[in-house]
Amino acid sequence: MHSSTWLTLLIVVPLVGALGAALVQKTPGRAYVVALVTSVVEMVLAIVVAVLYNHHVPHAQTFDFATRHVLSVPFGLAYDVALDGISLLMVVLTALTVLLALLGARDRRQEPAFVAWLLLLTSFTMGSFLAHDLLLFFIFFELTLVPCYFLISQWGATQRAKAALKFFIYTFTGSAFLLIGILYLGFAHQHQLPTTALTFSYGALSGTAMAHGTQVWLFIAFAIAFAVKAPIWPLHTWSPISYAEAPTAGSIELSALLAKLGSYGLLRFAVGLFPLALPTMRPLLLTLAAIGILYGSMLACKTPDLKRFVAYSSLAQMGFITLGVMSGSQIATVGAVLLMFNHGVITIGFFLIIGFIEQRRGSILIKDFTGLQGPAPILAALFTVVMLASIGLPGLNGFVSEYLILIGTFATHAWWAVVATFGVVAAAVYLLWAYQRVFHGKAEGPNAELADATPKEQWVLVPIVLLIIVLGVFPKPVLDRITPSVQQLIEHVEPGGLNK
Amino acid sequence: MKLVIPSIHYLAILPVLIFFGASLVLVLASALARGKVPLWVATSTIVTAGAASIVVNVVQWRCVARAGASTTIAHAIVLDDFSVVASGVIALSVIMTALVAHDWAVRERVSGVEFHILALASSAGALLMTQANDLIVIFLGLEILSIGLYVLVAFDRRRATSSEAALKYFLLGGFASAIFIYGAALLYGASGSTNLTSISYFLGSNVVLHPGLLYAGGALLLVGFAFKVAAVPFHLWSPDVYEGAPTPVTGLMASIVKIGAFAALLRVIISALGTQLDTWRPILFVLIVLTTVVGASLALVQRNVKRMLAYSSINHAGFILLGVWAGTVRGSSATLFYVITYAPIVVATFAIVTLIGGVGDEHHSVEHYQGLARRQPWLGGALAILLLSQLGAPLTTGFYAKYTVLASVVDGGGGALALIALVSAAIAAFFYLRWTLALYSDDRLDGARVVVPKWTGAVIAFGVALTVVFGIWPGPVATLAQHATFLFTP
Repeated sequence: MHSSTWLTLLIVVPLVGALGAALVQKTPGRAYVVALVTSVVEMVLAIVVAVLYNHHVPHAQTFDFATRHVLSVPFGLAYDVALDGISLLMVVLTALTVLLALLGARDRRQEPAFVAWLLLLTSFTMGSFLAHDLLLFFIFFELTLVPCYFLISQWGATQRAKAALKFFIYTFTGSAFLLIGILYLGFAHQHQLPTTALTFSYGALSGTAMAHGTQVWLFIAFAIAFAVKAPIWPLHTWSPISYAEAPTAGSIELSALLAKLGSYGLLRFAVGLFPLALPTMRPLLLTLAAIGILYGSMLACKTPDLKRFVAYSSLAQMGFITLGVMSGSQIATVGAVLLMFNHGVITIGFFLIIGFIEQRRGSILIKDFTGLQGPAPILAALFTVVMLASIGLPGLNGFVSEYLILIGTFATHAWWAVVATFGVVAAAVYLLWAYQRVFHGKAEGPNAELADATPKEQWVLVPIVLLIIVLGVFPKPVLDRITPSVQQLIEHVEPGGLNK
Repeated sequence: MKLVIPSIHYLAILPVLIFFGASLVLVLASALARGKVPLWVATSTIVTAGAASIVVNVVQWRCVARAGASTTIAHAIVLDDFSVVASGVIALSVIMTALVAHDWAVRERVSGVEFHILALASSAGALLMTQANDLIVIFLGLEILSIGLYVLVAFDRRRATSSEAALKYFLLGGFASAIFIYGAALLYGASGSTNLTSISYFLGSNVVLHPGLLYAGGALLLVGFAFKVAAVPFHLWSPDVYEGAPTPVTGLMASIVKIGAFAALLRVIISALGTQLDTWRPILFVLIVLTTVVGASLALVQRNVKRMLAYSSINHAGFILLGVWAGTVRGSSATLFYVITYAPIVVATFAIVTLIGGVGDEHHSVEHYQGLARRQPWLGGALAILLLSQLGAPLTTGFYAKYTVLASVVDGGGGALALIALVSAAIAAFFYLRWTLALYSDDRLDGARVVVPKWTGAVIAFGVALTVVFGIWPGPVATLAQHATFLFTP
């Protein structure tokens, strides 16, 4: 087993970076450099962890780098981190997101505070993905709200105050259910073994025996919190306005990364801890996921601005992820975990390009654009790659994950898979139509003078394009890391096996 | 009949004596001194008394650790870890308030030591409540606490709202006291004693066949306490009084009244009437639901920050009651944890409100806070942290306070109650955030800078430091609160 210091570093380095950025705020531009260096270090750490990760640790259920320090006995509070194949992918995504957000969506208004909040957000998100204790997870999960709130409310567009409040209140209310659920579970575990101290350790709680009814209620409590975060239809109503009003870096963090906290939590905690509730809850959540896919696709066709467009297409994509997570099929779950990462990569690409356009034109309304292909061919080409990946063109990363989800789900829950497949067609419709409206046609007025992507902007998008292609043709190293952990989880929740 | 004077363990009542003594010293000094007693003398008297009381608390803690909890003066006063911790935090809040009030008095040109005399006497009442083991002594503490506060609320003679608030507080407070003492009388009738230990013993060893008197007595006591902690529907006085009182006094009220009243409430409900807990639970349930939800919802429509904080403190009172509802060791220690972490935060918050209030103590609209954090990042940032702490954001003590009371309720089988309370916290989040948003808004960037006097600044820094340090590392306070309730619950 590897030392847990690596994980602690992943959490602490951005904190130090945020502090550093705050300390050098007097010199203009210095904070940005500090933040950039920090995020590069973070990326390197994430890659090191990804290379080192070994799923064959005895008695650790594919978890590596684990450690546990009890901080307060009466509170049951402990610093407990560990990493498995599922969280590994999220860790890499977290590091990637902040690096690209800093590089591609620099915001010079009050820059020290801006980068400090971004780094704090990175640290807290990292903590959520690494936490192996429910209380610790909750603390980090809840903490992510604070930087997000400030990022939206300070650097957002005109309706930022409303968006920030809506985001905070929605998520905070959702978490209320989660906290009560966690407490209930913790005490249920303690009451079974009255001699033990209160603990929220994931390992200990996953063995708690509970009646079917209890598990269903707890599952619902957990699922509400994660459905708000993901978002899953019909709890998504905060997301379009928040994505649209947030500054570009904020939109990237929210949709590429924080949404994954929802689906990750659903898989790890709701599905992982309450297997008995699954037969009861599965039809409901699969249905909501399918509705989300169709509803998101439909609204993506109608929405007037580009950021909301990505928000609704994300709702559809999160529907696919939920479908995979809830399917009970190992293949589909692997696909869902992969799609969490792929959707992150694709969304970063989308928002970066939209950010570039917004910088040039000061608008994100689709009707303001036409024929951008002419003056900005490189930008159009980059957008095309990202778009095709999102449609699920074979050979690009989106295809692999959607394909795995659909075949896996078809084996266990065929009808939902059939409905969801229409979502793939719908994605092609809304994406190509949006592309047509924005990039095709004859450019006139300010559109004709739109500058093409600068070399720096092209370089920022290179990692995205590379990931899209590499994960499209050679996803094996990634799949090899996810599969053992997913297998472990599915075997735990479906001992008989829904697998076909 | 021969009068027997009971033996007195002076160490147990030393903090109360110190506070009363200091107050008497100031009375004498102002009567005997030629001219006026300088302000700094009065302030340093309070600070010294508070510090001495905290030192005594440390000695008491050791004494309890060695010899166990004890009662004295015919079992009317109890010395246990619970009272020691609660009185220590009361003394701390009084010191913090005195420092804020010092700068306030300089600004408002308040001379004379009446303010300090009353503050000391009131605090002595609060201290007495934490140690009371007899309904009569609780009543005494309550009255000493309240009478001082009635006058303090009216202290700003230039503002009509101040006198109005005091009259309102006095009338409703008088009713509350009457209800309380009537409840005490009925309970005496039902159990044959006013001593909490005797009541508990009586109820534990007898079956009350006609419990009408007992129920009526307990219910009236509960109503009396509900008035003092401003639980809905007995909260109507609180927003007006919070708004009308001089701001440092509001801070004092919000802190020491909560500690004193909840300490006494715990002793009555848990120690004396613990066997009857199932009878009180439905009443407490309704009280908590109303208090948390109404407190949070009405705060939304306020524009005046002092009224907002009044409703926020009502919401907090609901949360603190959760620990009482649980009625377990965990619940009691959760209640203690909540009040001792809440008190310094609320004093520090009102310290900032005092500063922004400006000369005349009148700038209390949310608009006056617009752009504060842009102009003065440290002051605005401090207020943002204090508000986030009251909201219950992690990495502040406010989170663990809510966490621990909710844990005790869930442990006691009240998942639904915990959920209702927590959803009310989400409603409350709305107005804390709206205020925070005003702090960081771009408007009024040209507004005047607020001068931060050094003592007030120190109090604010101390409050913020406490909430952040123990928010990151709650272990010591959690252990302290747990330890303090071991010897206390029967």
